Amino acid sequence: MLERLSEEAEEILESLWVMTVEGDNVGCLLTSLKVETNSAELLELVQRAFVEVRGDRVYLRKEGRPEAQMTVRRHRLAERLTMDILGIAGAEGNDQACQFEHLLRQGVDTKLCTLLNHPTTCPHGNPIPPGECCIEARKQGEPGIVALTELKSGEIGEIAYLAASDDKKMQKLMSMGVLPGSQVTLMQKFPSYIFKVGNSQFAVDDMLAREIHIRR
Amino acid sequence: MSAQQKSPPKVILVGNPNVGKSVVFNALTGAYTTVSNYPGTSVEVSRGYCHISEQRYEILDTPGMYSMMPITEEERVARRILLTEDPHAVVHVIDARNIDRMLPMTLQLIEAGLPVILVVNILDEAKRLGMQIDLDLLQKNLGIPVIGAVMKRKTGLDELRQAISDYAMVPYHPFAYAHDLEQDILQINQLIHGEYRLSRRATSILLMQKDHDIQELVAEKEAGNGYEHLSEVIREISFRRRADLHLQISLERRKICKQMLKDVVSQTINETESFSEKLSRWMMNPFTGAPILIFVVYVGLYLFVGKFGAGTLVDFLEGNLFETYINPPVVHYAEKYLTASWLFELVAGEYGLWTLGIRYAVALVLPIVGTFFLVFSLLEDTGYFPRLAMLVDRLFKRIGLSGRAVIPIVLGFGCDTMATLVTRTLETKRERIIATMLLALAIPCSAQLGVILGLLSAEPSALAVWTVFLMLIFLLIGFLAAQVLPGENPVFYMEIPPLRFPQLRNVVVKTLTRMQSYFVEILPLFLVASVVLWAGKMTGTLETVIDAFSPVVAAIGLPVEVTTAFVFGFFRRDFGAAGLYDLQSSGILNATQLTVAAVTLTLFVPCVAQFLVMIKERGIKVALTIFVFVTTLAFSSGWFLNKFLLATGWLA
Repeated sequence: MLERLSEEAEEILESLWVMTVEGDNVGCLLTSLKVETNSAELLELVQRAFVEVRGDRVYLRKEGRPEAQMTVRRHRLAERLTMDILGIAGAEGNDQACQFEHLLRQGVDTKLCTLLNHPTTCPHGNPIPPGECCIEARKQGEPGIVALTELKSGEIGEIAYLAASDDKKMQKLMSMGVLPGSQVTLMQKFPSYIFKVGNSQFAVDDMLAREIHIRR
Repeated sequence: MSAQQKSPPKVILVGNPNVGKSVVFNALTGAYTTVSNYPGTSVEVSRGYCHISEQRYEILDTPGMYSMMPITEEERVARRILLTEDPHAVVHVIDARNIDRMLPMTLQLIEAGLPVILVVNILDEAKRLGMQIDLDLLQKNLGIPVIGAVMKRKTGLDELRQAISDYAMVPYHPFAYAHDLEQDILQINQLIHGEYRLSRRATSILLMQKDHDIQELVAEKEAGNGYEHLSEVIREISFRRRADLHLQISLERRKICKQMLKDVVSQTINETESFSEKLSRWMMNPFTGAPILIFVVYVGLYLFVGKFGAGTLVDFLEGNLFETYINPPVVHYAEKYLTASWLFELVAGEYGLWTLGIRYAVALVLPIVGTFFLVFSLLEDTGYFPRLAMLVDRLFKRIGLSGRAVIPIVLGFGCDTMATLVTRTLETKRERIIATMLLALAIPCSAQLGVILGLLSAEPSALAVWTVFLMLIFLLIGFLAAQVLPGENPVFYMEIPPLRFPQLRNVVVKTLTRMQSYFVEILPLFLVASVVLWAGKMTGTLETVIDAFSPVVAAIGLPVEVTTAFVFGFFRRDFGAAGLYDLQSSGILNATQLTVAAVTLTLFVPCVAQFLVMIKERGIKVALTIFVFVTTLAFSSGWFLNKFLLATGWLA
């Protein structure tokens, strides 16, 4: 078995994925990846035929796609962990996520993904590529608990719990009757989330919507 | 001493926002109302009187509150009333449609040992939703008077009056929570010795929840009486329960409410979407919401306030009434009896009390501000603002505000002074500062707006430049302020009340109340301003100030005559604009200069009244900083715009 990729190499794969697969770039300039042509991490990827360097551009090869996809997946799962569960917001959250992602190997990502109930988007709204565990869970039709942001408009669920990152805000929600066990209907997702509890409607922003967890 | 001389027994109205509390207030107090606030947008308390079988009662209407533990400023004000007043009765008004989620507060009020009467309002709309509510059973379950009502049609008013009159405090029986919670409550309860307005049980629970005001109150009363030990116990309990205390209490209360409501409420599901629900959906969908917003602004602001208020009404009052019928006799009498020239000047001269003070206030400002407040109150009562708030929240986050700030910002287009007062309802200090600054900087009040629109309407391109430039400044400065000021972005959450057809009486009362407070606060300042300007003119100080200021004005490419307008602008925002109006009529300003002057003047310092409110609300340091910043920015923007327009030759 090959050795694990270095963290730097993983970062390159991640950037390539974001820019070429999710974005509309054909390959990436070396300068925008901030790597030298002969740097160790790039050579590492070239050796495994994950990427190809032509001129001053790097291209993600077919062989590298699964690895890149999983790297992105780990990164975004790490973001979910730091921001939703550990409640670390902003730049600090990003930093922590960057460190965490490299630890999510050898099945740790699967466990985390199951713990987080197979989320489909990262806190910034970008898609998390599904892992095998996600596909498996979907097959079994597990109801699962997801953030309010994961529901589709018109979908009905029950509030499972409120993640308490800000005590005051949670109390406010609770005093307005948004309590675990209440049935909610998500009515609209943009520009703010609108949901219905009983006969009342509430508008919340995505920060708060992420903290309301729903059992579908 | 007769009963009449004693202060009358008090009745306090409490409840969530949007349950028709103010309707109950108006129904109870009727003609005796002395309204003293800006309803709905205010954190103040209305007081009025009501007579029930020979007895006079004082009625207090409090800002909306969701629970006994306050989070927002409005809630804090409302709770303070409950903590300080000694009520004969506390009337809890709830919306029948949401009885299950409003009843927990009824429990809290009962638990606090207050003499509660429950008014289940808006029964008609609940029926329309297919809800049946057995109020007799609820009354039996709760052990307090329960009254069903449709207050806007005065249904249930007689019953409420009867209940207030008959009220006799029944010994309250607390509802039991889970065993472990009860033990903790008891433990704290036993350590409290003082007398409190709220029951010891309620005080204990609030202490456990770390309610700041209650902690202070208890610290004061229990000082030297084992307070150290008490706070030790509380710390211990709240640490042990740190994970889910609030949640447990909320869930326990809901459990009790479910018992209370067992067999009380039955609902047949009614699936058809009514027109108001459809309209509500359109308002909140960005694709249909934006055109609706433009329509509201066009009809409400441009047609009604701009064309009708600032055009037709002002023309009628100023051109017709004052010019033809009122001014000539006034000036005539003044000339006849005020022989001393300084006295004539003071009353009827260019800056006289009559000319600048009263006439301005009545003929120019009143129609504009009045029509604006009418539109604002109308929109407020339909429930449009929460929908607007959710639409703009994303944009407002960029400038450090939440969608909630839409209410002060929109109100600013009517009167920035009043809007600055309303920024109090925003949740974080950071938000309040940003909103105060943006109001002072880039939101023209209706009086100023009216004159500027009139001024620039002859030059559509100038109007376009003015609008775009101000919007850019608003967004840019807001964005920068959000970057610079420390603190997190606010979180947005808001209840979206159902759309309602506004009630004429309510809208009229609100409009009149706002106009009244506007005049009580503003008219004296008008008069002071005229006296100051008169004194300035008489002593020559005005000349000196204008001379000192004119190089700055010249630097941004404007003729020195404009200086007067700027100096006046500080006294009243619209004075300045009106000054420009005179200059434009005499043909001194070309299109570029007019635009630069209008932009600079709009950005330039707020009027005296607004500045005073800024000091009161934000403190002298923040107010002065904003003042200096705004002034500097106004002139540098003017300078930049002038260079820009000259270089591009757009308006040449």
